[in-house]
Amino acid sequence: MSRPAARLLLALLPLALLGCAGATANVPVAAARVVPDPAASDATILHVLQRLTYGPRPGDVARVKTIGLAAWLERQLDPARLDDAAVEGALGALPTLTMSIADLQRDYPRPDPELQRKLASGDMSPREMREQYPPERRPARIVAELQAARMLRAVASERQLQEVMVDFWFNHFNVFAAKGEVRWYLTAYERDVIRPHALGRFPDLLRATARHPAMLFYLDNWLSTRPGFTPRGGPNAGRPAGLNENYARELMELHTLGVDGGYTQADVTEVARAFTGWTIDRPRQDARFVFRPATHDLGDKRVLGRSIRAGGERDGDEVLDLLAAHPATARFIAGKLVRRFVADEPPPALVERVAAAYRDTGGDVRAMLRVVFASPEFRAPAAAGVKIKKPSEFVASAVRAVGATTDARGALALARAAAEIGEGFYEAPPPTGYPDRAESWVNPGTLLARMNFALSLAEGRVPGVRADLSGLVSGADRGQPEVVLQRLLAALLHGRSSAETRAVLTAQLGLPEITRLTADDRGPANTDVAKLAALVLGSPEFQRR
Amino acid sequence: MLTRRALLTHGGACALAAIAGPPPCLVRAAGAAEARGKVLVAIFQRGAVDGLSMVVPHGDPAYYAARSSIALGRPRRGDAATALDLDGFFALHPALAPLIPLWEARTLAVVPACGSPDVTRSHFDAQDYMESGTPGVKSTPDGWLGRAAGALPADGATPFRSVALGARLPRVLRGDAGALALTSLERFEVRAASQPAVSQRGFESLYREGVRDLLHGTGRETFEAVKMLKSAGAARLTPANGADYPRGRFGESLRQIAQLVRADVGLRIAFADVDGWDTHVGQGADQGQLANRLRDFGAALAAFARDLGDRLADVVVLTMSEFGRTVAENGNRGTDHGHATAMLVLGGGVRGGRIYGRWPGLAPEQRFEARDLAVTTDFRTLFHDITTHHLTIPPTTPLFPGWTPPPTSLGLLA
Repeated sequence: MSRPAARLLLALLPLALLGCAGATANVPVAAARVVPDPAASDATILHVLQRLTYGPRPGDVARVKTIGLAAWLERQLDPARLDDAAVEGALGALPTLTMSIADLQRDYPRPDPELQRKLASGDMSPREMREQYPPERRPARIVAELQAARMLRAVASERQLQEVMVDFWFNHFNVFAAKGEVRWYLTAYERDVIRPHALGRFPDLLRATARHPAMLFYLDNWLSTRPGFTPRGGPNAGRPAGLNENYARELMELHTLGVDGGYTQADVTEVARAFTGWTIDRPRQDARFVFRPATHDLGDKRVLGRSIRAGGERDGDEVLDLLAAHPATARFIAGKLVRRFVADEPPPALVERVAAAYRDTGGDVRAMLRVVFASPEFRAPAAAGVKIKKPSEFVASAVRAVGATTDARGALALARAAAEIGEGFYEAPPPTGYPDRAESWVNPGTLLARMNFALSLAEGRVPGVRADLSGLVSGADRGQPEVVLQRLLAALLHGRSSAETRAVLTAQLGLPEITRLTADDRGPANTDVAKLAALVLGSPEFQRR
Repeated sequence: MLTRRALLTHGGACALAAIAGPPPCLVRAAGAAEARGKVLVAIFQRGAVDGLSMVVPHGDPAYYAARSSIALGRPRRGDAATALDLDGFFALHPALAPLIPLWEARTLAVVPACGSPDVTRSHFDAQDYMESGTPGVKSTPDGWLGRAAGALPADGATPFRSVALGARLPRVLRGDAGALALTSLERFEVRAASQPAVSQRGFESLYREGVRDLLHGTGRETFEAVKMLKSAGAARLTPANGADYPRGRFGESLRQIAQLVRADVGLRIAFADVDGWDTHVGQGADQGQLANRLRDFGAALAAFARDLGDRLADVVVLTMSEFGRTVAENGNRGTDHGHATAMLVLGGGVRGGRIYGRWPGLAPEQRFEARDLAVTTDFRTLFHDITTHHLTIPPTTPLFPGWTPPPTSLGLLA
């Protein structure tokens, strides 16, 4: 950070701490840097790690302390400079990640209808089907590799904030793997659209999603045509087509303005007209964006009170520009970011300041994040631990906390575990994606699934995941169960355990099943570290971040 | 959501008592008359089902005029591709054939133009309103079924009083009364490599002690439910009367709801959802995308009714969807977001074999905003009839805040 910028921010900090909401709005936000924090406490570092990463690994708090919290934050905001060779190497086991849509369509084809007919009529056994159309050549494999990759990166990538933001933006611009062609487009969508812009500028991200075949297909815009258009060729030759409002509506409700952003049904129809002709060329081959003038509505449009002079493909771009620059969009995006990083009920004053950063910088995600991370609302001690981990966060944080390592196969097993707790990657059907509120994730069925995952991880039953719990309690004499427990609590909960939890766990040490002492056996105790660790990972405290 | 129901206090004590041996309070609950109370099974067709295909108004000429490729053919006996006539004007989609015997047995009723007074065509908002029970009001913290659960007698309530099938608790069941969400009865237990009972007791203690927040409250409910399920043997019940559920999530949900009803674990309100109804493209007619969804839907409902046998007398199944779809088909042989849709009511106490509510007509001038089926039955009127006459919740209970029930009921329930 440059010295003048740091000095400026230090000078402003007391104002911010006084809760003076207007203070930062007048500052050129692009110049704002995260608060320099040479002597951040362990508690602050822990809080930042809980919110900006998939949870601390053993030794992470000390590592951040060495680097300095402010420097660590800047590195996370500039992920390209972080060496991530280890994860990139492990991802090499997943060949589909780097393939083009055309290659995926060719190498992971849809089932041959003739084979399906034979299978249905009994002319072919399921085994013959598997031989002729092996599971590792089916499109489901593409989705499984993506799920594994997402979990692998969540667990092991050094670019943790980037991964958190990829998850955030994918969910914001959600598409559903099981809808039609989307499974062949997903890989490119995440790799070429979401990932490069995750810490970039919102308008760029918005424009990239609008033209990608995954979004065009998922929200049906590829089929929307001007009213009265009748295709002369193709499977629908001679059948009149027409407007499809799906994308237009979700674009305003979920991607930009928010449902209360002040648009009407008439706006939805006009936006749908503007995007006619935005479609997919050769959807079952290389699936590229194409603008087809023949299907485009050539009339003028009127959106949110602004008229858009007919300009062909440019009509859609004008709508995107209009929406990206709208103050309701700034507020909507700011509110979602604050909900993700601060609290389920976003503090309105902070949302307003983050929205101001959006407006001042033209939607610079980093600028918005800096305002969040430097805010007293984020840093307040009372903010610690109020967010409940969603399932993928719980699973990844447990793996990281015990210092486990995973290969691609293990990562897929972990992704399936998160799905069982309620959050399957790429498996949210509605355009809203998954909710980001505690009450959506906490209920008896999934709480039990969390406990069962804690047990299978600690007991080493997740295939492909190596958890060596002895590292967590190294040096502790297993004959002294209290010492073992202290080590586990320090390593997994970092002092965030309640007196009740400590008391319950201490009481466990009196059980022969835990200390492995029988009534007749007066020999040295041999504490069941796995059972104890599972209890800690399944405890109420570990469900929070 | 930090307040939890009175049951938790009751449940906490129960959990303490249960550590030593069979939980006496559970035995009492299972044997009580409460366990045999009336049951409401609410089903949400998420994504806005095309009510005009589910319940086909073949007697309305505008229906065929508006839908050149996706209309269902006028009923013709013996032709499996045509709609199945109900009363000479309405018919069921042919994929719903398994429901015809229920209509003929007068246990199935239809409300063909039901919906919300709110005009939103957003899935998210409309589902939210139908679940909160307060159209147009977003700040409502709980759901109407959650409030209904709170209005049931607390005496003898069990952790299974309200249950949603699925990994996440739906909005409709949120509320101080608490509710259980689960995906599988068979897997609803602590599983460990060895001595799962030790781990179960450990987890149970962790959630019993400490502050009364969402996590601890949920933890306490969890272990109450785990123990009760085990003692009732619900997970071991197989479908009765030759009921054959279709494979898939919705069939599984109904199969498990039937297990809970038959195991007498105190179920009063059950909820399941089923998606795949957002048919913007290639909706199909007697075959195709929507037909496949309806086939699964009808087969699961019919299997549920068969599985319950005599117990269907205690049960009402209510289907709902956030809105209907445009009267006219769109440019992609699909339909866009509309307004009213059809809802089904099925059960032993239902005065079935009848259509309820006025038909507004499909001619362009009869449509809502000139494009959609108009709502003639406010969904709250239908839901209120069921909570009043089936669950016998006093009609003055404010299950739908800010709304006054009409003076006369639909007369759907005997």
